[in-house]
Amino acid sequence: MRATFVAEEVGTGLRRNLTMTLAVIITVAVSLGLFGASLLVRAQVDTMKDFWYDKVEVSIFLCGENSDVPSCAGGAVTRAQRDQIESDLESLRPLVDEIFYESKEEAFERFKEQFANSPIVENVSADALPESFRVKLSEPEKYDVVASAFAGRPGVEQVNDQRAILDRFFRLLGGLQAIALVIAISMLVVTVLLIVNTMRVAAFSRRRETGIMRLVGASNFYIQLPFLLEAAIAAGIGAIIAIGTLIFTKGFLIDQVLAPSFQFTAFVGWDSVLTIAPIMLLTGIGLAGLAAFFTLRKYLRV
Amino acid sequence: MILFNSVSKLYASQDRPAVDNISMEIEKGEFVFLVGPSGSGKSTCLRLILREERPTSGSIWVAGKDLGRLSNWKIPQLRRQIGTVFQDFRLLPSKTVRENVAFALEVIGKPKSHIKKVVPEVLEVVGLEGKEDRRPDELSGGEQQRVAIARAFVNRPTILIADEPTGNLDPATSVGIMKLLDRINKLGTTVVMSTHDSAIVDQMRRRVIELENGHLVRDQTRGVYGYAR
Repeated sequence: MRATFVAEEVGTGLRRNLTMTLAVIITVAVSLGLFGASLLVRAQVDTMKDFWYDKVEVSIFLCGENSDVPSCAGGAVTRAQRDQIESDLESLRPLVDEIFYESKEEAFERFKEQFANSPIVENVSADALPESFRVKLSEPEKYDVVASAFAGRPGVEQVNDQRAILDRFFRLLGGLQAIALVIAISMLVVTVLLIVNTMRVAAFSRRRETGIMRLVGASNFYIQLPFLLEAAIAAGIGAIIAIGTLIFTKGFLIDQVLAPSFQFTAFVGWDSVLTIAPIMLLTGIGLAGLAAFFTLRKYLRV
Repeated sequence: MILFNSVSKLYASQDRPAVDNISMEIEKGEFVFLVGPSGSGKSTCLRLILREERPTSGSIWVAGKDLGRLSNWKIPQLRRQIGTVFQDFRLLPSKTVRENVAFALEVIGKPKSHIKKVVPEVLEVVGLEGKEDRRPDELSGGEQQRVAIARAFVNRPTILIADEPTGNLDPATSVGIMKLLDRINKLGTTVVMSTHDSAIVDQMRRRVIELENGHLVRDQTRGVYGYAR
């Protein structure tokens, strides 16, 4: 094996085919980047689920004076009703993990805090906000048990599961991630086709050399190696760019830009990046290998 | 050295076999002309020897190997024992004479020291000393064919296949090329050469195998080109 000879061949090949090489690098970078991004979004959704599902509560809003649902026909909730609800909640332990009572005043305080910079606060008085029980469940999936026990009972205006709202949000993110994944996979297919074509052009532009190599008895390996290396180098550079973009996204976009602005939620950690980067690299190598396999079988036979 | 045993080759796109039931044996050290009009099957025979094609039926032995049983990955080993020269030279235009010859050794993984030693030797054999740094377009046709012969011979093959090596050359230059092939033959290499050039065949008086429409119609030691007509 003459390493310098092979290296020269690869260098000439890459330079002679510069535009195609660039095209391969860019497509590999874009498709792998998209692929990595969709994996990152999935990791982000998982992180957020872990973070939020721990915090979700079931809210049992009690009737106020102006409530107009049928269960509030008797006017505002009475003290007896409220005590009954509380003791019923207590009887649901251990499913019910924690119970907080939030009075109108407390609700108003929290409201003011949440909308501190908004003029809406001035138009809302403590009376407008309902008092409620905030219930934390040991198994958030069993929300139905609580809902069926309290919804529609006199004095209860509404039973709200925050998880349902979160689920809708996560379904949206999941949908976006699925779309990104579909686009990424079609891009990856395009990339394979492009690499196949690039190698075909390279094989064609060097048919004189390879023809002579075959005649003088160069082994398949020796004839094909420069083409394989060219594909591998182009795909490798593309993969490195894609992984670089992924690291930039995590290190700058997420940690420096998004995280300070959205402190109420958790973001993916470096461990996700550490898992995704090798997957991207392997996918890149696999793509180039797949493309090479098809091309070499077809165009560079002995 | 080369043995054809009832060999036929039918290309898928044609209804007449390119080579039809040919049997012949070429001994080690022989010099054989393969003659016949275009399309008579000469080139197909040469391609069969190189295992670029496989026969439709019959068996071929080259350098002690049954080509029908030779696995794909052993084909390069076979071709290292066969030098090949063509009518159109097939040199690499961007490489010098020395590089063109060295290329044949580089791609079969020979060490640099070996290449440095044998390339000047073979260039001297073919009479190109002093022109090592020229490129093919700076050489005459005869000189280009000498480069091609040097490349075919540099690995000291046991068989040299020449497919109309004088087809693009004028008669005087052709004589020089034939002398060179004769010299290579005298060094012990079996030479199989296809040609249209009756003057050369008549002059050399070597074994002549004539093909016509894929059939072997004549096999004559010390023959001439067209004795039947």
